[in-house]
Amino acid sequence: MFSNLMAWIEQRLPLMDAMNKHAAQYPAPKNFNFWYVFGILASVVLVNQLLTGVWLTMNYEPSGDGAFASVEYIMRDVDYGWLLRYMHSTGASAFFVVVYMHMFRGMMYGSYQKPRELLWLFGMLIFLVLMAEAFMGYLLPWGNMSYWGAQVIISIFGAIPVIGDDLTLWIRGDYVISGATLNRFFALHVIALPLVLVVLVFLHILALHEVGSNNPDGTNIKKPKGSVPPEEQSKFTFHEQYTKKYDIVDAIPFHPYYTVKDLVAVVIFLIIFCGVMFFAPEGGGYFIEAPNFEPANGLKTPEHIAPVWYFGPFYTILRIIPDKLLGAVGMFGAIIALFMLPWFDRGTVKSLRYRCTAHTVNLIQFAICFIILGVLGTLPANPLNNMIGTIASFGYFGFFVAIWIYSKNEKTKPVPERVTG
Amino acid sequence: MSNAPVNNGRRRFLTAATSVVGGVGVVGVAVPFIGSWNPSARAKAAGAPVEVNVSKIESGQLIRAEWRGKPVYVVRRSEELLASLSAHDSQLKDPQSEVPQQPVYATNAYRSIKPEFLVALGVCTHLGCAPTYRKGDFEQEVEGVTDGFFCPCHGSKFDMAGRVFQSVPAPTNLMVPEHSFPTEDTLLIGVAGGEA
Repeated sequence: MFSNLMAWIEQRLPLMDAMNKHAAQYPAPKNFNFWYVFGILASVVLVNQLLTGVWLTMNYEPSGDGAFASVEYIMRDVDYGWLLRYMHSTGASAFFVVVYMHMFRGMMYGSYQKPRELLWLFGMLIFLVLMAEAFMGYLLPWGNMSYWGAQVIISIFGAIPVIGDDLTLWIRGDYVISGATLNRFFALHVIALPLVLVVLVFLHILALHEVGSNNPDGTNIKKPKGSVPPEEQSKFTFHEQYTKKYDIVDAIPFHPYYTVKDLVAVVIFLIIFCGVMFFAPEGGGYFIEAPNFEPANGLKTPEHIAPVWYFGPFYTILRIIPDKLLGAVGMFGAIIALFMLPWFDRGTVKSLRYRCTAHTVNLIQFAICFIILGVLGTLPANPLNNMIGTIASFGYFGFFVAIWIYSKNEKTKPVPERVTG
Repeated sequence: MSNAPVNNGRRRFLTAATSVVGGVGVVGVAVPFIGSWNPSARAKAAGAPVEVNVSKIESGQLIRAEWRGKPVYVVRRSEELLASLSAHDSQLKDPQSEVPQQPVYATNAYRSIKPEFLVALGVCTHLGCAPTYRKGDFEQEVEGVTDGFFCPCHGSKFDMAGRVFQSVPAPTNLMVPEHSFPTEDTLLIGVAGGEA
């Protein structure tokens, strides 16, 4: 009876086939390490944000007069309102933690290189939408830092010659940030951008499964059909989409092998997540900033405007350049440079394990500069910080220049035919 | 089905014509969606001029008025201060106020209608924070200049005529809004003289 029903559905919509193709018979390299859990963690956080977000809208009031009070209402009077809000606000920071780790994994193991350029581009688009989502979401509590943070970021568009001022007016819908701005940001934050985000995540995964997962060795686990003797091929059953054209080596099915492994990562992640959420939901003033406990006040700028920590690196680049337009160009340039990474890197060896020493040094200095820029973004501007920020910005952009130069004729180590770990 | 020969040229023309008409339709439909983001009639009405009584402002005092939701700084400047303004011209980006950040009638050495009253938006021209009025202790920021405005966000500095110093992120002098003095003691922000 049940199997008949399943067969009936399968003939009309091949659900089981899709499940097999993308999970139970998807060949994943057997040497995935710690760095490969962050994609799953990002999906977990995405689900958390969608669910808690929907529930928060049930009591939130998107208006200049009511927003701040409705957030207080959620925190004090709605049953479990505090928990839902802290799940959402902690989730925002957690999202960026796992996404930055996920991106750095891609950089270490060359997961952006041919043939995974489009996969990387979808990932970068997700990152961009995520930043827009976080920025707009931060205005919604209508605290004073929400207000002035939005003021600063929207003013960046005023740096565009000729149309700048009209453009900022159009974005705000008023001469200043007001309830009109709040309402449109609410609409974008809860409807438009989440839809785009979910579609992009779907495309990201489809693009991944089309070209296959990279691995810490950067080797190819899909060998030409007929080139590998059967006893050396992977013993598992994989979907014919993969085996039709290739002999698969060193692979295990994503489910149950990696679902179980990822489950461990998810549990550890949730323990840390809950620790922050229950014991330090404000993240020491980095996740929810102190001035945001006062309502928005257009006549009083907080002493020291700092973005939430995850925007720190890009914000520092914006402000160390003593020119409004060039500062904005520098900030967007920092993101565009990441987009273009597959083309800055002209090398063919993927993993840093087999690339030249200069590459390892370059990656380490990039990571250090990124962290320094992030820390500076939360600190006040002064000559010393600006000088350090300038050096770190050179390190950030220098990464892309350097990789373009040394990857042309790079002295690499031999890449093994099969995975090593 | 007729057996007439396929006319590829005509097909291409029809496809192109349909695409163009469809494209015009898309642009037309986009107009209301983009237009609805403009300030509404209510927002525009809230942008009306505001009146300030300046007779009670003491020398060196700053008062804030709110116009279109933005802070407007009104400062009464002393004779000594006005005399000292030209001393640091060499440290400024735009000492002669060549960038039109002020109405024509305020394009002068003091950037004002009456020299003693500075009327400027308290909105940093970098990214829109409100600069702090540093009366007497501005020398920590710029040597030899006693009073000025310091933006706490990104460290931009302005003198007491709202002129921006060099080597700071703000690109231009503080904006001087349209304003006028209908009577000796009243300042009207948002409207030039003779228009009200």
